[in-house]
Amino acid sequence: MSAPGPGATASYGVEDLTVRYHGRTAVAGVDLEVPAGAVTAVVGGDGAGKTTVLRALVGVVRPAGGRVRRPAGGRIGYLSAGPGVWRDLTVAENLAFSGAAYGLGARVLHERADRLLERTGLARARDRLGGQLSGGMRQKLALAMALLHQPELLVLDEPTTGVDPVSRAELWRLVAGAAAAGTAVVAATSYLDEAERAASVLVLDQGVPLLVGAPDELVAGMPGVLLDSSERPAYGTSWRHGARWRTWVRDGAAPPGAEPAAPELEDAVIVAALDRRDRAASGGREGRAA
Amino acid sequence: MLAMVIKEFRQLRRDRRTLAMLIVMPLVLLVVFGYAASFDVPEVRTVVVGPGAAQAAGRLPGRLDVVGVRPGDGRAEAVAELRDGHATVAVVTGAQPAVLVDGADLFGARAAVQALSGAAPAAGDPAQSLPRPEVLFNPGLETPVIMVPGLVGIILVFVGTLATSLGVVRERQSGTMEQLAVMPLRPRDVFLGKVLPYFGVATVDLVVVVGAGILLFDVPFRGSPGVFALGALLFLFVTLGLGVLISSVSENQGQAIQLALMTLLPQVLLSGLIFPLSAMAAGVRWLGYVLPLTYFIQISRGVMVRGTPLAALGVPLAALAALGLVVFTLAVVRFRRDLAPAGRDRARQPEPAPVAGGAR
Repeated sequence: MSAPGPGATASYGVEDLTVRYHGRTAVAGVDLEVPAGAVTAVVGGDGAGKTTVLRALVGVVRPAGGRVRRPAGGRIGYLSAGPGVWRDLTVAENLAFSGAAYGLGARVLHERADRLLERTGLARARDRLGGQLSGGMRQKLALAMALLHQPELLVLDEPTTGVDPVSRAELWRLVAGAAAAGTAVVAATSYLDEAERAASVLVLDQGVPLLVGAPDELVAGMPGVLLDSSERPAYGTSWRHGARWRTWVRDGAAPPGAEPAAPELEDAVIVAALDRRDRAASGGREGRAA
Repeated sequence: MLAMVIKEFRQLRRDRRTLAMLIVMPLVLLVVFGYAASFDVPEVRTVVVGPGAAQAAGRLPGRLDVVGVRPGDGRAEAVAELRDGHATVAVVTGAQPAVLVDGADLFGARAAVQALSGAAPAAGDPAQSLPRPEVLFNPGLETPVIMVPGLVGIILVFVGTLATSLGVVRERQSGTMEQLAVMPLRPRDVFLGKVLPYFGVATVDLVVVVGAGILLFDVPFRGSPGVFALGALLFLFVTLGLGVLISSVSENQGQAIQLALMTLLPQVLLSGLIFPLSAMAAGVRWLGYVLPLTYFIQISRGVMVRGTPLAALGVPLAALAALGLVVFTLAVVRFRRDLAPAGRDRARQPEPAPVAGGAR
């Protein structure tokens, strides 16, 4: 995990977190460090436990085990997986309510709301109802509401899902700005290109940690060898990468003529998941054979 | 088509509330209309006062159920008995004999007038010798006079229970409940912030409906506005609590409406609003006595039509306070469970979430 930004000292997160829903374990043994002044990404597929970890971190889920560190006194900005804005309030009214709930005075509220509306491009939509906004605009409003009280910890649950690429870039610019100002930021995302920009990444698979570390470290630590080809080869395990194929050979022995690929975070995550399943399967077989 | 039928049954099986309604509602309606839906009051509570009370009590028609014989009392005490809702008929004996009937108990009064006036008197019916009944409080035995105070209660149920439950459940359905949970708001702030606007709307509604009843239907307002306000306040306490309670066990607005209507229907049918409690079979009458509207109707009809004083309304006021305390406590407990404010570890019971799946 990379070092926090200059002057940042606080660190939040979860240790050995376990959450159960009606007796079923949703996440188990999860450690997540969210240092101030940096963006930490939580990635994983559907049902991997990303939302559960974030909900436990902000305090809307009671953990069955483990420890949660979060700032006291509501110094949390939270963008939930749902819409998170009041559909029957206007953009300005949503911000006004959020600011009042966090105890901002009228002058500070107006100053910050105006600045955030300008930076999110919502200034001209301030009188539109939350329910009339497009998906991207709604997410920008939700982010503005989460940033309004300048939280110490910013928790974002899939902030860019369903958002167009231009809006995604604008949203991430705001998030990066908050981190640069010293906020501890954690964001769950399904987009690994977004996670690559984070200082640290936690990869979850079926409720347990699969990988943790800086994106470069995770890519560098990938086992085996990764190959690139235009056709699907007969060996290794392959998956689509744009119009081409990526193939992972576990023992690292590339067949003659095979073209090595420059691995990305997405490849490292897929390989880690494949590796874990292979090991689990061989463990099962060995267990049955024994 | 078979596939469609199977799909529909599968969905219905999982929608337990609708299923319960489909099974329970016909039974409820059967019970209500079988045992409760009657305007015929079999026995009318009667007190007999004055020096000849003992003899007069023995000569009354069988339909008049004598619940008190007080030779020492006079007309004033008899009127007070009716005003306080202790009896529907008061027979005054002595120098100025009279038969007083409480017109606020519409169906009881009609039954009494019929019995006393000898609509179909048997030969030698002793009732013939009694004076002509004198109907108090609602001399014309008009329906709006007793319906308007009851409808006030229905309107308060609509605003208190239905509108409140929708307002709170909307928060959960739109996903903003979690935002409220993370904000540094105490559950008390969120709860009161949610309930107070509806309280305000209900109060305005109350004033408008009572005013309209007085102006348009000549409904009297004989009692103390303060006592009426106290009764309405306690009743709102129950209905608003019920609204929050319903919202806390409903996932969406459809479920909230369904549950709110399930509390509304028994109140309309079993509270004495339409069918008199005294005409119901004893087995279903007790159901009426656990419904808040039953007590509010006793208070509103008592205060508005009869001018019943505070001292005589102790039972319905205490019943509403007790119901309010139970319902509100349950609502607050459920609401707190829904909200886990930042800085506390009181957690929301999470929804079931799939745990299967894998990394990309």
